[in-house]
Amino acid sequence: MSITVQDVEHVANLARLELSAEEKEQFTGQLNAILKYAEKLGELDTEGVEPTSHVLPVTNVMREDAVKESLSNETALQNAPDDEDGQFKVPAVLE
Amino acid sequence: MTQFNSYETVIGLEVHVELHTASKIFCGCSTSFGAPPNTHTCPICLGHPGVLPVLNRQAVDYAMKAAMALNCTIADVSKFDRKNYFYPDSPKAYQISQFDQPVGENGWIDIEVNGVTKRIGITRLHLEEDAGKLTHVEGGYASLVDFNRVGTPLVEIVSEPDLRSPEEAKAYLEKLRAIMQYCDVSDVKMEEGSLRCDANVSLRPWGQEKFGTRAELKNMNSFRGVQRGLEYEQMRQADILDSGGTVVQETRRWDDSQSKTFSMRGKEESHDYRYFPDPDLVQLHIDSEWKERVRASIPELPDARQARYTTEYGLPVYDAGVITSSKKLADFFEESLGYTQDAKAVSNWIMGDLLAYLNQNNKEIDAVRITGQGLGEMIGLLEKGTISGKIAKTVFKEMLESGKLPQQIVEEQGLVQISDEGAIKGIVEKVVAANPQSVEDYRAGKEKAIGFLVGQVMKESRGKANPGLANKLLVDYLNR
Amino acid sequence: MALFDMRLQELHNELASGKLSAAELTEASFKRIAETDQRIGAFLALNEEGARARAAELDRAGAEKGLLHALPAGIKDNIVTQGLRTTCASQFLSNYDPIYNATAAGKLSTAGAVTIGKLNMDEFAMGGSNENSSVKPVRNPWNTDYVPGGSSGGSAASVAAGQVYFALGSDTGGSIRQPASYCGVVGLKPTYGLVSRFGLVAFASSLDAIGPVTKNVEDSAYVLQAIAGHDGMDSTSANVSIPDYISSLTGDVKGLRIGVPKEYMGQGIDPKVKESVQAALKVFESLGATWEEVSMPHTEYAVATYYLLSSSEASSNLARFDGVRYGVRADNPDNLIDLYRKSRSQGFGQEVKRRIMLGTYALSSGYYDAYYLKAQKVRTLIKRDFDQAFEKYDLLLGPTAPTPAFRLGDQVGDPLAMYMNDIVTIPVSLAGVPAISVPCGFADGLPVGLQLIGKAFDEATVLRAAHAFEQNTDHHKARPQL
Repeated sequence: MSITVQDVEHVANLARLELSAEEKEQFTGQLNAILKYAEKLGELDTEGVEPTSHVLPVTNVMREDAVKESLSNETALQNAPDDEDGQFKVPAVLE
Repeated sequence: MTQFNSYETVIGLEVHVELHTASKIFCGCSTSFGAPPNTHTCPICLGHPGVLPVLNRQAVDYAMKAAMALNCTIADVSKFDRKNYFYPDSPKAYQISQFDQPVGENGWIDIEVNGVTKRIGITRLHLEEDAGKLTHVEGGYASLVDFNRVGTPLVEIVSEPDLRSPEEAKAYLEKLRAIMQYCDVSDVKMEEGSLRCDANVSLRPWGQEKFGTRAELKNMNSFRGVQRGLEYEQMRQADILDSGGTVVQETRRWDDSQSKTFSMRGKEESHDYRYFPDPDLVQLHIDSEWKERVRASIPELPDARQARYTTEYGLPVYDAGVITSSKKLADFFEESLGYTQDAKAVSNWIMGDLLAYLNQNNKEIDAVRITGQGLGEMIGLLEKGTISGKIAKTVFKEMLESGKLPQQIVEEQGLVQISDEGAIKGIVEKVVAANPQSVEDYRAGKEKAIGFLVGQVMKESRGKANPGLANKLLVDYLNR
Repeated sequence: MALFDMRLQELHNELASGKLSAAELTEASFKRIAETDQRIGAFLALNEEGARARAAELDRAGAEKGLLHALPAGIKDNIVTQGLRTTCASQFLSNYDPIYNATAAGKLSTAGAVTIGKLNMDEFAMGGSNENSSVKPVRNPWNTDYVPGGSSGGSAASVAAGQVYFALGSDTGGSIRQPASYCGVVGLKPTYGLVSRFGLVAFASSLDAIGPVTKNVEDSAYVLQAIAGHDGMDSTSANVSIPDYISSLTGDVKGLRIGVPKEYMGQGIDPKVKESVQAALKVFESLGATWEEVSMPHTEYAVATYYLLSSSEASSNLARFDGVRYGVRADNPDNLIDLYRKSRSQGFGQEVKRRIMLGTYALSSGYYDAYYLKAQKVRTLIKRDFDQAFEKYDLLLGPTAPTPAFRLGDQVGDPLAMYMNDIVTIPVSLAGVPAISVPCGFADGLPVGLQLIGKAFDEATVLRAAHAFEQNTDHHKARPQL
């Protein structure tokens, strides 16, 4: 599998990154090198091997349904780049 | 006019139900509705750097309960996955949801349309977190985000494409709502968004096995909206097919005020959600003990109640179906039966005056003040002849509004039926004297005229005269 | 003797006798930073006001004396500190003031440590040289033309330079151990789940671990004692009882069975590094431990597995940096999507973008099975190598990094070569087991680190062996001339 500049553009769009033409070229080359290296995993027969998403043998971690104090509106918005009427403000979302 | 009858409609519904836990699914913020914007938030539900989710046990119990009530098989092992997409109402830019190991799978419910019972398959029920709320600033230059709702636990219930008409879709949705209500896992209020519904709709020529191209319908915010949206979409697609066109697979938005669906194409990008197991959460291992504990908490469900009402109380299947379609209504029915033996009469009052009032005012039973005790006792007063049927209607209306008990209303307003022959006779004499023409008509053989005269007696007594007695005394008097 | 070269117990004795105060320790720390940090670049933010107030509090009569009483500490800048700017060395978070505190940071305070400031790092902990800090590179105190390693380069360099008594770092694929090795200090990556991740800005959630960077093993045990333990705010926090790490430092390793993975001593390992490790084995032999070679056959697949898994998780973890609720929003975006794209592109550096790209690709439709799922399965095989080895051995031993520190700029532009520096730390991270890096010699004037790897939750054995080694060698006593 070899990835193209178009693939890089598609992935950049999914990841909401804006890449310059130069970056696109660079990432295409570097990602190809990394993915080519990753192809060595194909040497291994993993038929029937369970995937590990966790090394801890822990299950059923839950909390009780208890309400805790929330932040004040002011604190919630403290780091907001833009806000209005106690809410986070963003450019218009079209529907 | 298009003949959509030449096509079979195929509908599948995706229903989101907010679970009414006290706190959010992954943090301790309150889930209560209607607080000022961004006052039920914390670093966790705001998706601040470094925060981690911890699962609310009650949310899992509720999801299991709902899944069981929908006859789903409960997973032995379930897990949470991240659904990745950018949107301002999604603080982490991923939603914690369940991809390939949902809490429940392979369920069904029965619906009834036009007296025919049909089984609708449920593909899956999974647990996930709700998003925040976006509103649009006047003038359209900006949008505002309130994260109070983000993290409210939701179950998404996906049906098989087994529904064949908008009526069936509505019946399915109503049944689903009833079951959730009975299970007491959600407020299921469409107007508050605790019940939301998207639909996949397609048409195919009768007899064709392959499904047609479907449209996904969004933004249907009421039961009526669901039915109307689907009806419109059915028509729209039939028009396209009739004119030799092809339906485009796309998401469409129902606009209730314009009674139309609009394409969201161009405004919605092709998604690649890149689901993967959320490494911040651990697996759920649901053993039989846990399952049994939840199963034991499921109350009698609407179908069972409906059957019981028909066998135990002899209600018509239809009436029993209507009453059990709402848990609150069914509970009201049963409360009334604590005060009268006459289930049939209770049912008739519910099916008649009560539902007429509720529908007219677009209210639910818990929004009016009448109690089951009030209705039961009122029926008792009717039986005893203390009040007339006509007075009963007045009393009923008063109970709806004030919640007072019938005895009190009757006493306060002096509505006790007059069954004293002497008193009624006096009124009869007065009425006969005042209506010579009707008396003449009656005597000339126009039996109908008696009805008018009885009516006059009732009017004169302000409805309090015992109508049977009034009739008898009138006839006696005129036939003297 | 420099103040921070005193043993913890001696320091506490001085404090108890009134010969020394928390305020003096705090000032000593700030003074040393003022003298040296121009050349090292370890700190991103200083907590001068907060530290002085805290020290004054600790000096008050009757103040409770915790395990880390009055010790000046540096905290890696990806550990969230309430009221103290936390940036992850990223332009995106350059204005972020946390509204909550990481569990580990809270535990440090409770134990009496004084937070001196926030330490430089590779942006979002992605990197192995600290050249990926968006603010400034950190330089190796042993030779400022050399990198300190990464991503906890600030933590390692600051401790090596005597700026703080100890530091907290984070380790995802070697980010505590490798810089500890390059800077000649002790770095411990605890078992996954032993220290709460709540408040650690996530890079790869299934691998991230917070751990101590110290001058010696004893201090490492003290700091671990203070920060380990179950946390209800972290679902992946282990609910295990925490042993007394300090009393496990008995100096006795007689009968300890050590396995030396031959793959950790093979191709790509600098001969001088190998020599130091072999010399360390002699020390253990002399102390009555036994060792033999063992094979960990899946080692060669670890780096590829790690980069696929960690980048995939990172691509999702870093999606929240969207410019809506916090962080630096790009000016004048055309629309919402433009806001996302510009804010993220301007806010993230090259390495971060590269990993997000790789991870997004590995998770995307059509490639998930070939990359992400495959890597998860290989992770199982790698973990099995460890399970099997630990059936026979109490401890595994090898170098921490294949080479000593390299020159700044030497590996820029070749990400794959940079990734290979983690070849012996990454398998450990994938298996989730604990490992420590302790100084074991010098190559061309630069420190070399020895890596000791233990069974899950057996930090006590790891610390005991590392401590015994340290007691019988002098490498940890060497100090850079600054």
